[in-house]
Amino acid sequence: MKEFAQLIMLLATSTKTTAKLNAIVDYFSIAADEDKIWVIALFTGKRPKRSVNSALLRTWCMQITNIEPWLFEESYHTVGDLAETIALLLPERYETENLSDDERSLDWYMQKLMLLGKETDEEKEKFVTDSWSIMSVNETFVFNKLMTGGFRIGISQKMMVNAIAKTTEVSPSIIAHRLIGTWQPGNITFDDLMSTEHSAADNSKPYPFYLAYAVEDDVNVLGNPEEWQAEWKWDGIRGQIIKRNGELFVWSRGEELMTEKFPEYQILETVLPDGIAIDGEIISLAKIEGETFAPLPFSALQTRIGRKNITKKQLTEAPVGLLAYDLLEYNGEDLRELSLTERRKLLEQVVTDLDLPFLHLSPIIDFKDWEALKEIRTKSRDIGSEGLMLKRKTSTYQVGRKRGDWWKWKIDPLTIDAVMIYAQKGHGRRSNLYTDYTFAVKDGDKLVSFAKAYSGLTDKEFAQVDNFVKRNSIEKFGPVRTVKPELVFELAFEGIAASNRHKSGVALRFPRMSRWRKDKKPEDINTLDDLKAILDHYNNQYGNTAVKNDERNK
Amino acid sequence: MHLSLKYIVTEHWCNKCINVSMQLIEFTEKGLFCHQGGFYIDPWKPVDKAVITHAHSDHARWGSKYYLCHHFTKPILQLRLGDNNYESIDWHQTVTMNGVNISFYPAGHIIGSAQVRVEYKGEVWVFTGDYKTEDDGISTPFEAVKCNVFITESTFGLPIYKWKPQQQIFDEMKSWIQDNKTNGKTSVFIAYSLGKAQRILKPLAETGLPIFAHGAVYNVHQAFVNSGWDLPLVQRVMSETTKEELKESIVIAPSSAENSPWMKRFSPYAIGICSGWMQVRGNVRRKNADAGFALSDHADWQGLLDAVKATGAEKVYATHGFQSAFSRYLNEIGIEAGEVKTAYGNDEEESSADDKTEEPL
Repeated sequence: MKEFAQLIMLLATSTKTTAKLNAIVDYFSIAADEDKIWVIALFTGKRPKRSVNSALLRTWCMQITNIEPWLFEESYHTVGDLAETIALLLPERYETENLSDDERSLDWYMQKLMLLGKETDEEKEKFVTDSWSIMSVNETFVFNKLMTGGFRIGISQKMMVNAIAKTTEVSPSIIAHRLIGTWQPGNITFDDLMSTEHSAADNSKPYPFYLAYAVEDDVNVLGNPEEWQAEWKWDGIRGQIIKRNGELFVWSRGEELMTEKFPEYQILETVLPDGIAIDGEIISLAKIEGETFAPLPFSALQTRIGRKNITKKQLTEAPVGLLAYDLLEYNGEDLRELSLTERRKLLEQVVTDLDLPFLHLSPIIDFKDWEALKEIRTKSRDIGSEGLMLKRKTSTYQVGRKRGDWWKWKIDPLTIDAVMIYAQKGHGRRSNLYTDYTFAVKDGDKLVSFAKAYSGLTDKEFAQVDNFVKRNSIEKFGPVRTVKPELVFELAFEGIAASNRHKSGVALRFPRMSRWRKDKKPEDINTLDDLKAILDHYNNQYGNTAVKNDERNK
Repeated sequence: MHLSLKYIVTEHWCNKCINVSMQLIEFTEKGLFCHQGGFYIDPWKPVDKAVITHAHSDHARWGSKYYLCHHFTKPILQLRLGDNNYESIDWHQTVTMNGVNISFYPAGHIIGSAQVRVEYKGEVWVFTGDYKTEDDGISTPFEAVKCNVFITESTFGLPIYKWKPQQQIFDEMKSWIQDNKTNGKTSVFIAYSLGKAQRILKPLAETGLPIFAHGAVYNVHQAFVNSGWDLPLVQRVMSETTKEELKESIVIAPSSAENSPWMKRFSPYAIGICSGWMQVRGNVRRKNADAGFALSDHADWQGLLDAVKATGAEKVYATHGFQSAFSRYLNEIGIEAGEVKTAYGNDEEESSADDKTEEPL
């Protein structure tokens, strides 16, 4: 555990990717295999379920330290992280006479924690407080994090893959493939995870997704337009549909197995040929019949993915379809080394043969030259897409985010000018600054709150706004401060939907601050009617604009 | 930065106090004021008579006609504020102004930092300025003073602030320097030029590596050396200092130098920030530092509580920092306390906000 805590501290303090990578590689060179498996699992989204809830941790900490709840809250708001707050408040190694050092392994703790979920609160308390009593501040922090949630120390799956690749001297793309799938720590050894046999035995395993970079310059730099395939960029969930040995698996890009979430797809288990992997967009469609399809906004899909059980109502109101854009495996064969054009040809054949009402090809956009495509792109929002995808026709299907062959070319976001009315301190890196803001638009002579945003400003701007908040607070409600409505920001957002959960009646998709309008006064901001006009405009478009797929008729 | 200068009192205090202006020390818009004695303590606007606790820029400001401070503080005031009418006295020595006795007691914050004891007709008030209770080996150690009313800072007035013993932090700093040296890097310490920079010199010198200083740090250093302090040798970073000389050395710089082009000459280097704020990981990350050392010249939670209890004061005022949490806690444990807003807390360590630059020297 000591080594693991040390690794986390190293990762948390180093600011450079190479330093982090080396820290993991060094750890792998000394750690026991059981511990390595856990480190891989923890940083590739295979963290076990919470075994102790954070309210209990708070209570035990307050009991040990004899601190009142208000003082605990005050401390928590300053630190911005519960695990760290508790680690700082507890007396360090307060029972040092019992055990000089904690020699128990990460694996030992993880096994314990997994069993702890079923134990009584008293037993939980005993285990947790006993553990605290022999830990240093750093160890306590790491231990608390193991119980409460993510580390947020900037370790991506990609970095973990690279570290293992460096340690085992196997290529990163092979490692990436081995790490995904249904393995769990405790039912696999490090050697088995790294061996090729295991990889072949796991039927569910998806391919690592190939991700596009955003177009930064003019698209003209991509060269000859004839070398490029253009498609719409859909606003759903990127997914992979796999059928092997008669079993169907639906994976999201976050490598979450979502097969149960989409009963619409169940028929695929029967009709799909065996040994197939389709890459596509899981998206809600207005109706799932006929040769055309009409995408619904992301908010429609969202009502589905958050739930454990799908209701009949949801199935009728937000039926889910699949817009297929790539074929990665066919007849059990890995097709990723073929060119996009070849893969697409096979995909079209598969989709046409299946002839299913919810399964459509993601249409290829016909365009003469870049200028014509620019014109087409301006229509994206009208058909419910976020912009365009550009893929080189000769491109293979690569691993992860790679520059060069695949590009996303999103449309400019919608914007609105609003005034800041509430502020709250941020978390983690921003725990001492007011960085989370609530914004309002005008409604007659009143202000109506409609969105929260906490990104888009530079650190310097955040410091300036923080300073303003501290000097212009009107009231304090717990962590929230009401501020003088004076600062105007332009908010950018990707979409808008009606919502009865918000006072304003609208919910924005991915709002963020795009500009600090120092040139504008609160009188100059937009009105609620402006917002509603945007809502009406796009809601009328959604579900009504049918997209026709020419390929199906060829 | 302008804070609201009107003072705030909690209900606890209002109930008991009949007439605010009758107090020995009043909280006015120019600062702490003793009406009877006709002087201010650490005023933030020019006044006739200023009693100064220590030379940090938020406590010692320009423009007053007369300054009273401790002997050790005088050369720094001279350096920072130029020629003025200064009077300096020793620890426990008394100056009387219109029947009010003023004396200085060590605050242990930096060299020369004092608590001001004010006595009139048997009533004693003490204002701490900034202080810490741990002996740092360079500042005269903190002395608790019995008083009726105690006005205390509360920069780190939350129980999450618990300092490690100084020696442990020094050891961590030295081992960090060794790691940097192994990796061919220069170790750059960001430390307040008055106080922290002198405090860390001895352990840094023990590494045997050359120590370089930013001009702001160097000027304060020289002022101390010139007034007879025995400090380890530091060299000023000059435009003609070669890269070879700087390689794998130790550098001390104020936070204004961080992220400035001045830093380029040390490349490759690692930055370590020495400040109590580094206790919280978020601050280390926000500053983008390679290392944070929670070494503070302010009292931690326990230090504040110990100091308050040692005074035996009937009434405590908490100012700059977590004054509302700290005073609330004091009231809960049976010590009557109120909070006062002051304009202190704008020096580098006391303000947790970024981009605080030091005044030019």
